[in-house]
Amino acid sequence: MSWLAVLVLILVIIMIVAAIFSITRKDLIVAVIGTSVISVILSALFYLLQAPDVALTEAAIGVALSTIIFVIAIKKTDRYEE
Amino acid sequence: MRKAVSIILLAVVGYYLFNVFLNMPFGEKREGVGKYYLENTLDETGAVNTVTAIVVSYRGFDTLGEVTVLFLAATGLGAILFDKRGKKRRHQYASLIVRVTSNMLYPMIVLLGAYVFVHGHLTPGGGFQGGSIIATGVLLMFMSYRKFEANHTALSVIESLAGLTFVTVGLGGLIYGSSFLYNYLPLGQPGDLISAGVIPIIYIAVGFKVGAELSGVLDTMLKTIR
Repeated sequence: MSWLAVLVLILVIIMIVAAIFSITRKDLIVAVIGTSVISVILSALFYLLQAPDVALTEAAIGVALSTIIFVIAIKKTDRYEE
Repeated sequence: MRKAVSIILLAVVGYYLFNVFLNMPFGEKREGVGKYYLENTLDETGAVNTVTAIVVSYRGFDTLGEVTVLFLAATGLGAILFDKRGKKRRHQYASLIVRVTSNMLYPMIVLLGAYVFVHGHLTPGGGFQGGSIIATGVLLMFMSYRKFEANHTALSVIESLAGLTFVTVGLGGLIYGSSFLYNYLPLGQPGDLISAGVIPIIYIAVGFKVGAELSGVLDTMLKTIR
């Protein structure tokens, strides 16, 4: 296995852990932070797989803009899942 | 019972998706339209970045459609959520450290966004990426200063002018060339900042449009909370 394959494997495992983390949390703000962790790692993966155009979009929209939209929606409703 | 059924369904779908992706050739051979683009882009459009050449030149009409979709989404959000007076925001600023840091970072983020869309035909990135980076900088200012407000008139003017530029440049292709968005300006030396004909003009217009739209969306949404 090349070092690139090992790195991609580690990043994918961290992504799966973050996804499970954000599904199981009852505190929705923490769950949203979990999804933004997924976006950070996904953007690194896009860069490693030679798609820097997509990585830039994912970093700006996935990490910053969609997270803040979720946070605004949570602020207008309930913070904790029943 | 319902959970068991959904887990079984997920497992089946996951198994077939895994097999499909496992058998997909990844970056091995280049054939068909991909090969054509990689070999002829530089001669036909003068753009060093093949992705930009495809997005703006070969598939430029699709990009016009994407920009329209984004415009419609921003308009619909504004129609539903826009409140002229806005909720009265609390006169409460973020801490001094956050304010000083965002004052220093804001110009740099906007500069990075402008760099990304001006150099769209040379380096990775382009109008959509640069515009969303600029919106990220505006978001930083919204979060550190609760009273920071976007000028909606200026945003609408920028947005309309950028859209008009895109369509006008595209229609110029019908007059001076053979098709909509035809690359009728001189191509120049590949790798120079002013090269590739109409591609930089269109991507700068798209960058302004996306930046203005996303900033307007953020301002509209932040005005609905206290």
